[in-house]
Amino acid sequence: MKCDLCDKEAVVHLTQVVNGEMKEIHLCEEHAVAQGIDLNSPISITDILMGLNGPQKNFANELSLACPRCGMTREEFRKTGRLGCPDCYKTFMAELTMAIKAMHQSGQHLGKIPEREGVQTRMKSKVARLHKDLEAAIAREDFEKAAKLRDQIKKCREEGAQDDGGAK
Amino acid sequence: MTLDGLLQRHGGWLESGPAEGPVISSRVRLARNLRDTTFPGWASKEVRNRVWNEVVLAFDRVPENGSFLRWRMDELSALDRDLLFERHLISRELAERQAGSGVFVNEDECRAVMVNEEDHIRLQSLQPGLNLQKAWEVADALDNALEQGLSYAFSSKLGYLTACPSNVGTGLRASVMLHLPGLVLTEEIKPVINAVSKIGLAVRGLWGEGSEASGHMFQISNQITLGKPELEIIANLEQIVLEVIEHEKNARLRLMEKQEIRVRDHVGRAYGILSNAALMTTGEALDLLSALRMGTDIGLLPGMARRDIDRLFIRIHPAHLQKEAGEVLTSEERDIKRALLIRKFLEAK
Repeated sequence: MKCDLCDKEAVVHLTQVVNGEMKEIHLCEEHAVAQGIDLNSPISITDILMGLNGPQKNFANELSLACPRCGMTREEFRKTGRLGCPDCYKTFMAELTMAIKAMHQSGQHLGKIPEREGVQTRMKSKVARLHKDLEAAIAREDFEKAAKLRDQIKKCREEGAQDDGGAK
Repeated sequence: MTLDGLLQRHGGWLESGPAEGPVISSRVRLARNLRDTTFPGWASKEVRNRVWNEVVLAFDRVPENGSFLRWRMDELSALDRDLLFERHLISRELAERQAGSGVFVNEDECRAVMVNEEDHIRLQSLQPGLNLQKAWEVADALDNALEQGLSYAFSSKLGYLTACPSNVGTGLRASVMLHLPGLVLTEEIKPVINAVSKIGLAVRGLWGEGSEASGHMFQISNQITLGKPELEIIANLEQIVLEVIEHEKNARLRLMEKQEIRVRDHVGRAYGILSNAALMTTGEALDLLSALRMGTDIGLLPGMARRDIDRLFIRIHPAHLQKEAGEVLTSEERDIKRALLIRKFLEAK
């Protein structure tokens, strides 16, 4: 098996299965070390996904990019796989979006919303949930249900625009 | 009540609960962080202390906040921190942190809030038996109460923002603690672990990893935290746990049908060693108590209560032994105390 990043023989093989979909990563010793993998310690797939799935090569020269709020650099984030502050999600959005999708098979929160969040957030979240239901309805060819959901989404959006003072 | 007071009691999650037998307890953990605030691992001492103070203030708004005890890690001895860890009230990671890190624990130990672990807040709710729904409701209510005094980092797209992207979204980690000796003895545990891992759940040994888990205790938890509502995550996990319980029950039935004499031998030998040994390591005690626990479940040890054994599983750990002895003990001294504790327990039965 060859390394995913070059033609050398891979020595590190990682498999993660999420929702029945298998993801395999193969690395040669050199690239494994370059990805910060200590060959003698347990490996966090999270850290690998962060490095590999992101458009890493494009960012290679921007390792000094730092979060304006907390000062964490891309290089430091890569090393630990942990973010410095909530704003880092915006700073490192490019690689995070890919990694989060790979980990969770989704990029949209559908759970609890803090009470303090405004009407707009709740509305957006409701629309996201309806969209998910709509996709499911279309997938099982339940077009009657899909039409209803589509109307609901439209209504939600209109109400949201009004709550927003028509500012959208 | 002081931390030493914990020793005289057991956690409320070690009472009787639904589906007990293979199931010991259910746990829901929520990760939360404060808006515009550096995560603990990257924050200065001052920021971490400020976060601790903010959480202390927020607790004033929690109903029955008087029933919560709180400890800061930098005020506790290593032994006390280990004691909290052995009781499943804090993580190893929190035990090793200092400035601003601490824990709130309510009196029956079914709720605990870790402050400044990997995230600012890690809130947990433990319930006896298989009862994820109740564990979620309790965690949700405590989360709502705390939120009255705190402003959480939240995005409408990514949900609750966490230090590690693997927790983002709901911040929810639900888990069930299971005793699976039947599957280990029939060597069916590996395929079960593999199958469960394939559907996005994680299986870990409670003490030790994989099929080598000491005491045959396992924890099954969700991996995915984003893109599904909390109740769906919990329902998925519960359904899989029910299937694993079914497999465990079948494995025990088959063992009793085909190899009853071996099962009796396994349980009887464990009882014999535990009743007579003068030296006992933690690992050996966990494995032998596991046999005893299974023996109780399948009716080979009348007069023995499963929950008493479960409590013993906690009390044989090093920090518990040393706190009970009131002094720091060497490894051999602990092995002596451990063997004695178990012998006394069995004599009383």
